[in-house]
Amino acid sequence: MSDRRQVIWALASMAAGAPVSAQVLPNGYEDSIRRLTLGQTVQPGRVRVQMPRLADNGQSVPIQVTVDSPMTAQDHVQRLVVVSDRNPRPVIASIEMQPSMGKADLALRLRLNGSQRVWVLAKMSDEAWWSGHADVEVTESACLDAG
Amino acid sequence: MVARIHIPERVTRDEPFEVRVLIQHPMETGYRFDADGTAVAKNVIHTLTVHFQSQLVWRAQLGTGVAANPYFQFWLKVPDSGELRVTWLDDQNQGASESRRVRVA
Repeated sequence: MSDRRQVIWALASMAAGAPVSAQVLPNGYEDSIRRLTLGQTVQPGRVRVQMPRLADNGQSVPIQVTVDSPMTAQDHVQRLVVVSDRNPRPVIASIEMQPSMGKADLALRLRLNGSQRVWVLAKMSDEAWWSGHADVEVTESACLDAG
Repeated sequence: MVARIHIPERVTRDEPFEVRVLIQHPMETGYRFDADGTAVAKNVIHTLTVHFQSQLVWRAQLGTGVAANPYFQFWLKVPDSGELRVTWLDDQNQGASESRRVRVA
């Protein structure tokens, strides 16, 4: 772990006491989200997460994230965070975005430990956090070895 | 390590176009055991950056939840022709970069 990350983690745990709205948080992973958002409220909406309802194999599951944002210099998505509520390490990816992307539309492939809800949090340029989620049934977990 | 970047042959000025990036990498989680029962060390690409003409487009911190051979699909808007560069670094401090020329029609 880099020094910078340790500093961020330390800062974040200081802010962990702040209130976070409960219904938008994945079960059991509130802590990592609280660290990421520095305890700020995460509102549901503006983030659309598309995943297959059923994935045969957790090794590679496609996900597409679309955020309702014009991606201009004044109003754009600053950060996207993909969080799993069942993986051993909940934070899958944290992506810092610039307005030059033109569209807040990103796709990648995830490795998932079983059926779960995948959350995507978006921090806008006005510092507000929004979130969306998708439920996916995974027939074969990617973590068979890990038990 | 190899990567492939796919973009349209010609793009329109200030009009977003789709970019697809595929990087060859095992993204070892550290939870896997090999045939002898020895744990395979964690080795994932932890940082990936995308630049256009030395200007940051996006930067990602990745974890073990990203599938092997990471694949990304995103949009980019450019004011003029230039170079698109993808750079990455993994836990074994191995990194590389790949670039593609973007041509504005």
